[in-house]
Amino acid sequence: MSAPDGLVTYGDEQQERVGFFTDTSVCIGCKACEVACKEWNLIPEDGLSWTGNSYDNTGELSANTWRHVAFVEQEKPLLTNGNGETGLRWLMESDVCKHCTHAACLDVCPTGSLFRTEFGTVVVQQDICNGCGYCVPACPFGVLDKRHLAPAPDLPAFAKEDGRVWKCTLCYDRLKGGHEPACAKACPTKSIQFGPLDELRERADARLAKLDAEGWNGAQLYGRDPDDGVGGFGAFFLLLDEPEVYGLPPDPVVTTRDLPEMWTNMLAAAGALVVGVAAAFVGSRS
Amino acid sequence: MPGLGTSFGRGGATTFQQDLQNSDCIVIMGSNMAENHPVGFQWVMEARERGAKVIHVDPRFTRTSAMATKHVGIRAGSDIAFLGGIANYILEHDLYFREYVAKYTNAPVIIDERFVDTEDADGLFSGWDPEAGRYDIESWRYEGMEVHGAAGQRGEGFEPRGEQSGHGAAGGGLHHGEPPVEDPELEHPRCVLQILKRHYRRYTPEFVAETCGCSVEDFVEVCQTLVENSGRERTSAFCYAVGWTQHTTGVQTIRSAAIVQQLLGNIGRPGGGIMALRGHASIQGSTDIPTLFNILPGYLPMPHTLSYSKLENFIDANTSPTGWWGNFEAYWVSLMKAYFGEHATVENDWLFDLLPRIDSDNSAYFTVQQMLAGNVKGYIIAGENPAVGHANGKAHRLGLAKLDWLVVRDIVEIESASFWYDSPEIESGELETEAIATEVFFLPAATHTEKDGSFTNTQRLLQWHWQAVEPKEDCRSELWFYFHLGRLIKQKLEDSEEERDTLIKALRWEYPTHSQIQEPAAEAVLQEVNGWEIESGKFLSGYPELKDDGSTLCGCWIYSGCFTDGVNQTARKKPHWEQESYVAPEWAWAWPANRRIIYNRASADPDGNPWSERKRYVWWDGDEGKWTGLDVPDFKEDKEPGYVPPEGSGAEDAIAGDHPFIMQADGRAWLYVAQGLEDGPLPTHYEPHESPFDNPLYSQRANPRRQQNKDLAEDPYNPVADEPGSEIYPYVVTTYRLTEHHTAGGMTRTVPYLAELQPEMFCEVHPDLAREVGLEHGGWATIYTSRSAIEARVLVTDRIRPLRMNGREVHQVGLPYHWGGRGLVTGDSANDLAHMALDPNVHIQEVKAFTCGIRPGRRPRGPELPRFVAELRDQAHSRREQDPRIEPEEARKT
Amino acid sequence: MALAKLLDSWPALRQLREGDPLGLGKAVQSPRSKKLVPRIDEADHVVESVCPYCAVGCGQLVYVKDGDVTHIEGDPASPISRGRLCPKGQASKSLVQSPLREYKVKYRRPYGTRWEELSLDEAMEMIAERVIRTRAETWRKRTDGGAPANRTMAIGNLGGATLDNEENYLIKKLMTGLGIVQVENQARI
Repeated sequence: MSAPDGLVTYGDEQQERVGFFTDTSVCIGCKACEVACKEWNLIPEDGLSWTGNSYDNTGELSANTWRHVAFVEQEKPLLTNGNGETGLRWLMESDVCKHCTHAACLDVCPTGSLFRTEFGTVVVQQDICNGCGYCVPACPFGVLDKRHLAPAPDLPAFAKEDGRVWKCTLCYDRLKGGHEPACAKACPTKSIQFGPLDELRERADARLAKLDAEGWNGAQLYGRDPDDGVGGFGAFFLLLDEPEVYGLPPDPVVTTRDLPEMWTNMLAAAGALVVGVAAAFVGSRS
Repeated sequence: MPGLGTSFGRGGATTFQQDLQNSDCIVIMGSNMAENHPVGFQWVMEARERGAKVIHVDPRFTRTSAMATKHVGIRAGSDIAFLGGIANYILEHDLYFREYVAKYTNAPVIIDERFVDTEDADGLFSGWDPEAGRYDIESWRYEGMEVHGAAGQRGEGFEPRGEQSGHGAAGGGLHHGEPPVEDPELEHPRCVLQILKRHYRRYTPEFVAETCGCSVEDFVEVCQTLVENSGRERTSAFCYAVGWTQHTTGVQTIRSAAIVQQLLGNIGRPGGGIMALRGHASIQGSTDIPTLFNILPGYLPMPHTLSYSKLENFIDANTSPTGWWGNFEAYWVSLMKAYFGEHATVENDWLFDLLPRIDSDNSAYFTVQQMLAGNVKGYIIAGENPAVGHANGKAHRLGLAKLDWLVVRDIVEIESASFWYDSPEIESGELETEAIATEVFFLPAATHTEKDGSFTNTQRLLQWHWQAVEPKEDCRSELWFYFHLGRLIKQKLEDSEEERDTLIKALRWEYPTHSQIQEPAAEAVLQEVNGWEIESGKFLSGYPELKDDGSTLCGCWIYSGCFTDGVNQTARKKPHWEQESYVAPEWAWAWPANRRIIYNRASADPDGNPWSERKRYVWWDGDEGKWTGLDVPDFKEDKEPGYVPPEGSGAEDAIAGDHPFIMQADGRAWLYVAQGLEDGPLPTHYEPHESPFDNPLYSQRANPRRQQNKDLAEDPYNPVADEPGSEIYPYVVTTYRLTEHHTAGGMTRTVPYLAELQPEMFCEVHPDLAREVGLEHGGWATIYTSRSAIEARVLVTDRIRPLRMNGREVHQVGLPYHWGGRGLVTGDSANDLAHMALDPNVHIQEVKAFTCGIRPGRRPRGPELPRFVAELRDQAHSRREQDPRIEPEEARKT
Repeated sequence: MALAKLLDSWPALRQLREGDPLGLGKAVQSPRSKKLVPRIDEADHVVESVCPYCAVGCGQLVYVKDGDVTHIEGDPASPISRGRLCPKGQASKSLVQSPLREYKVKYRRPYGTRWEELSLDEAMEMIAERVIRTRAETWRKRTDGGAPANRTMAIGNLGGATLDNEENYLIKKLMTGLGIVQVENQARI
């Protein structure tokens, strides 16, 4: 259940599946991750409007924001043992594409632009994407988004008008070079940890046990479970409250859950054609 | 920083950031470390993960508070009351680290019988001269000792204050290593410990709660946590930043922490110390190698108009018979050789008579007043933005408009360069472009990637950065600008016969240049800073090698050793994983002598053994006959713990083997500072210059020695306390930075990825205040003082708590100060609201606590703005005039 | 062969051949994705630097290609920062390449209403002359009280906390040589 769709196709080239463990109990809300991501991936500035929503002027993940730090001000003590005179706490959480084990965006992409990399991550290939936008509603987290950008002649990276879909690549290029993703590298307190997913899950379990023992209020893992509706996240979280508090769906489900059944029906109908094409292919090779 | 310098001997952080991981308790106060030093904060988080308590004491609940195990909200400007309360708690319950205090501090020293404490004189120490508005410090001295320089020669005598005492000064004029009269039992009524006890007796938990607006329980919990985490087995650290310094009592606030840390025995030990968190890449460097009016490199004093008319007096007055300041003459002569080379000789007193002289205050705020008065003609600004970053920005902009010529060097066109066509005063009509005579040169600067050089970071560490690319077009480094400016001036004055040009003609100004643009070699300058033996050209390995006979040259004695063996030690980049301990001594170079924790002799007990295994750091190795450990010992390597200075010994030899504070004349940390501070030997709670409250302790309301500009029309003050008119400005305002921006914004409002993260000026207020005055979340507010009014978006938040004290509720208004009129994002400047009353020791402005009014809606535009401000001010001032209240320091004059 | 190659690149065939019938993985890997190399690996050289913002002193690695900075990130070797950077430090490349950066000298004459162009050499000459002239006009050998002064109080210099030690050293040295005592920086502010 936990093997991500598509990863097995790499055979010998397949790498250990990697991901993020974002531990919000040490997040200081500095937004280094947002900037590191933008600097590395040359993402355009995303609007200069003030929201008044605590210190969050980013708002949400979008085509031009691949890391987003949420700020939640609460009248709730940090620890359940009564520590903290005001009972005030300020939660911060760096959100990102979840790189789902079962990723609906991948299923619905008609061009093969969205694909599973050899690292088990989900990436939009910009040389393929035609901006059809099928993936946008497919994502249960609202991560995928089309970039609507007028051309900026001064900036070589944005010289052309763009209507494609952009999102976190888990720094696919950096992974290929053996470097950790930019956000994880920058994170001053290692709230964002990068590594093999299995290892991260172990680390997260230990972390949760420690916080529980210390009496942290509401500590829970989110997206760690391979049996959840998307088969577990490649980028999962330790939260200090329910996911909704951070603006995350409490029980995300892969929107293409019923797709295999649909495929079966479709394949049956188109069976003859498929066989014919395959025969032609074999013939041409021999 | 004289708060640290007078207490311990050196004006720098006593420890290094990585060592915070060893703390058992970290008190962050006067600092918002998670927001303003996020990467340094990883070490606080490391400590927290190991079980350390992290306490944040701050008017606001910030991102630091969110990470702390305990946050205590206090009123802005009440820090000395809080810290004094901790000292009282420790003393009252006999919880101080007795062996440490008795041996390593001046607790046993008996003070002159003429000394009178503020507790006995209604808020003034003895020696107050109401006419002069300053203290005669004669009565503060140690018993049985004369203040250095006979009384009759005071005009010529020794009174180091300000930044100069930021580096231990000459140590209180002790003629011998030991103060003459002491009580090792700490019981004599005039010994420092007993004076301290009496001084702080009224700082009870209840007093702290009333004055600071916190609860008694929270305060006591902080005291207990600190005490439980200090001693032989455990250590606690303090972290502070400009939340402490930017007050009219800033230096004394740091002194308060120094007293607490001495009482708890936390200085010079791993996990202990006072971490001064500085805000600019080289702010420590720019006081060590100063661009400050009153000191020369290495905290050597500038000659003064009122004293030091002869070299002999100057040397004599600044040389301490004991401690490392005993070698003052060697430091001085070596600097003069670096400045003037063969032109400086013993015969011409190393050109002493030609050196420029300073007055007691020629600081930036003095200069702006001189500008307003039309006395300053030319001004060069390099990497600073006074139009936004200085208190009372309007006064600075008006001042700039009175110059004949102005040079601004920056990487972007900052507000200080554009004031003549787009400042708020142009909009209001107070300035008119066509009427401004100032000639303005804007010269584009090079960035850190476009030049070689070293920054000195917050832990005294000199780190070299290499040039990566050539600066484009007209962009140049400051090194280039000042070198070529000096070269051109010298060239033009080459044939001058004027006496005034003798010094500039004598200036050594030969530096090799490279590349097409003739960039001077930064390493050549660093070599001069390090110094060499003139005859052999051999680089010095440290300041002990400096000579007073003119045979050595050294540009900054405390940096000597940074180019040992001809190797740029500051450029050492050995990865931490290849080094033996977390101290990582082979990464860059720290002053002094590459020591990372200073005064680390104090990490061992008087006999030289670690206080505990858990806290071992530097200790005496009896077999080897030397000090050893994880760090470079901050002590003469082979001086035994039992060393007793022989009669007649001087300088360093006069420091005993169990006295770790080697820059001080008596080798000890100073709980009580007999000499070196303008406003008292002990910290005392005073209200901020502008405060809604009277001083609960004394009729003396605010620091009597604070610098005010009462006659300056551009710097009017709000009525205070219960004065009529104060109700127009009833709230406490505090200014600060956000993670996403840097200071006056020139380096962040201009960067798209940062501008978008905090795009607009806002104010932070509690829901109760919002209700009280009708502010709407997300709407606009106008905040006003006697100086100006600004507008800001309203962020209503529970993180700014109202505080109850003296039966009154007081609201605080939080204002980030990053915005100005230019950049990708613009907004009003919080500093326009602030006044220019200053701390008397270091001339720092009080922008962390003053008073304001606030109302809903945007501010008036154009000429309506100054009218609006003036109307409120006139109203407030006329109410005051009908019922005049005279400040106590004024009343005493009559 | 040409036909074979063409067919080979036909996604549907690749999907079948590569055991990726749904086109989720390797079969749809694009040419760009296949060749992707992180730009830090393509740099001409890497320079060790230090963050220019606050005083924590984080280590930076500056990547350069064709004479331009292509990326700046944390230097893992630093015992202080361990490769990490805050948002400001992480934005250093955008700082040095800010769209608002100025590259040319600008000059505003007295009572002028606009910036004018001026060469750097000319600006330097003019500034040197102004320093000399103002200094000569306002030089005080003694104070009003007759004490030695050796200075001008009509010129000041501001700035230093963002500069290098070497730069501050030259500033203080030059100003002292010129008798300019009003030398100040952000340490007060």
